[in-house]
Amino acid sequence: MPFTLYRRRKFVNAIGLALSGVSMALGLAALLWILWTLFWNGLSAFSIDFFVRSTPAPGTENGGLANAIVGSLMMVGAATFVSTPIGILAGIYLAEFGARSKFAAATRFVTDIMLSAPSIVIGLFVYAIAVATVKQFSGWAGSLALSLIAIPVVVRTTENMLALVPGSLREAAFALGAPRWKVSLAVTLRAVRGGVLTGVLLAVARIIGETAPLLFTALNNQFFNADMNKPMANLPVVIYNFAMSPYENWQQLAWGGAALIALIVLGINVLARVLFRDKVRA
Amino acid sequence: MDATADTADTVSARGSAPAPAAAAARAQQALAARVRRFAAQDRLFLVVTFSFAAVVLAGLMGILVALVIEAWPALREFGLAFFYGTTWSPTDDVYGAVISVYGTLVTSAIALLIGVPISFGIAVFLTEMCPNWLRRPLGTAIELLAGIPSIIYGFWGLFVLAPLLQDYVQPLLIGTGLPLFAGPPLGIGIFTAGVVLALMVIPFIASVMRDVFETVPPVLKESAYGLGCTTWEVVRHVVLPYTRVGVIGGVMLGLGRALGETMAVTFVIGNANRLASSLLAPGNSIASTLANEFAEADPVLHIPALFALGLLLFVITFVVLTIAKWLTQRSIARTGV
Repeated sequence: MPFTLYRRRKFVNAIGLALSGVSMALGLAALLWILWTLFWNGLSAFSIDFFVRSTPAPGTENGGLANAIVGSLMMVGAATFVSTPIGILAGIYLAEFGARSKFAAATRFVTDIMLSAPSIVIGLFVYAIAVATVKQFSGWAGSLALSLIAIPVVVRTTENMLALVPGSLREAAFALGAPRWKVSLAVTLRAVRGGVLTGVLLAVARIIGETAPLLFTALNNQFFNADMNKPMANLPVVIYNFAMSPYENWQQLAWGGAALIALIVLGINVLARVLFRDKVRA
Repeated sequence: MDATADTADTVSARGSAPAPAAAAARAQQALAARVRRFAAQDRLFLVVTFSFAAVVLAGLMGILVALVIEAWPALREFGLAFFYGTTWSPTDDVYGAVISVYGTLVTSAIALLIGVPISFGIAVFLTEMCPNWLRRPLGTAIELLAGIPSIIYGFWGLFVLAPLLQDYVQPLLIGTGLPLFAGPPLGIGIFTAGVVLALMVIPFIASVMRDVFETVPPVLKESAYGLGCTTWEVVRHVVLPYTRVGVIGGVMLGLGRALGETMAVTFVIGNANRLASSLLAPGNSIASTLANEFAEADPVLHIPALFALGLLLFVITFVVLTIAKWLTQRSIARTGV
């Protein structure tokens, strides 16, 4: 009797662990499968034209994604430029001054919710305040939507990184007579600059592929446009429109665009990990 | 800059030997001025950082207010009927939320049904079975899966996964004869959207589960092993009970993600505004309705109705994410004791 019980337990154990192994394999297979189809279909779309010509009109050959690439870079750039200082300063407040205040607790709670809140709702919000009011879709509106998504990421990483700074480092700086702002900026923030930079990079990786908030803020633009007061082409929305289109060459461009975004996002993620690991070692 | 001024102060104070009392008084004054200056700078710094935090809080709270204001015309027109109306017809200007809400809830439910067991398996593998040197690369791979933009999941789902499901999986499901799986295998539809969502939420749920599994004190696990438990029994009777709250929090976090996911769903759900009893039929979720209709909607009633849908989505995800945060925090706080 004990022998069969023992065998049964071994058997259950083997089944459970085997299923766990299979799950892990499934997860890895999904990652590799997605990347493989993406690069298999996408890399062949890369050419000089892909980077220097604008999106083709329906039914015409030979086009590229230059307008979308420039539009995406401008909007993501502007969003990063705005959200980095706001996010870092808000993060400093939460970490250095907000230990026991109700206000800080509320801010922390709301940023945490916003980290996972549906991005399309951010698009709706920006439409309400920046598109409906001026009756004009624009690159600025798209950029505003992207910054609202990036800010919580920067705030949370900054705060988490600052929380890792040992109290003795702050105390040492205070003992030397340094004012509080100097301790924050020149000592604690400096000590974790690798981690904060990682947060900014991850925020960029997050917003560069965001489609939903741009659908009705930046909209899209068939032509090359560097004026952020007008509707702007951008990679994610072009990928969406072209993938759903019946034209063969549009779909091909969509694969190329998707591969490009994936390369950028994965590249940033890897870079962020390398940066952060060096920081921890040092 | 301050430092050089300080040294100059001290030097002049020491140098002026004839009147040490006056020099000491001057030094005292300089010190007091500096303390006042630092205090003023610090107040300014506090105000600046505080106002940025306030901007973050106000901006995010503003979302709720703006959505209510914009949705108001539709809510006034339809009242509560908006929430139980089963017709969504822009041509007749009649809007009810049930079709979209149904699509959102069912796709998320399918995602969790498929995703939670797999995430659990991944977390168990990473914490209990994996050799140490493999932990980091495999964990990173799962995190990379979380970093892939949703539009790529949608694109891939439409062109790669949907045809596969149509050819191999859906005929099997139809073969079961259940009314849930009635109708032709279209490839796209609510079921496919659920499968793509499952892929998307797995990395989130798996990461949270792995993190809470790692909080289990080794001494608890070692005691169980010492009593002769198998690895599976340790997971089942020690790790899981200990981390139950955090695990549920992770699942809720995944649910919050799945409910609001737009692009991955819009590509594969089929975008049909009708209720179907079959999971293989095309449908619509709140997010996909917004993505499809908003840019060309009529501003009188259609746009307010879409805002009302957005408000509903925001409230649902807000509640789910709040519960998730509360549970994960409680779980982490408990391990601190």
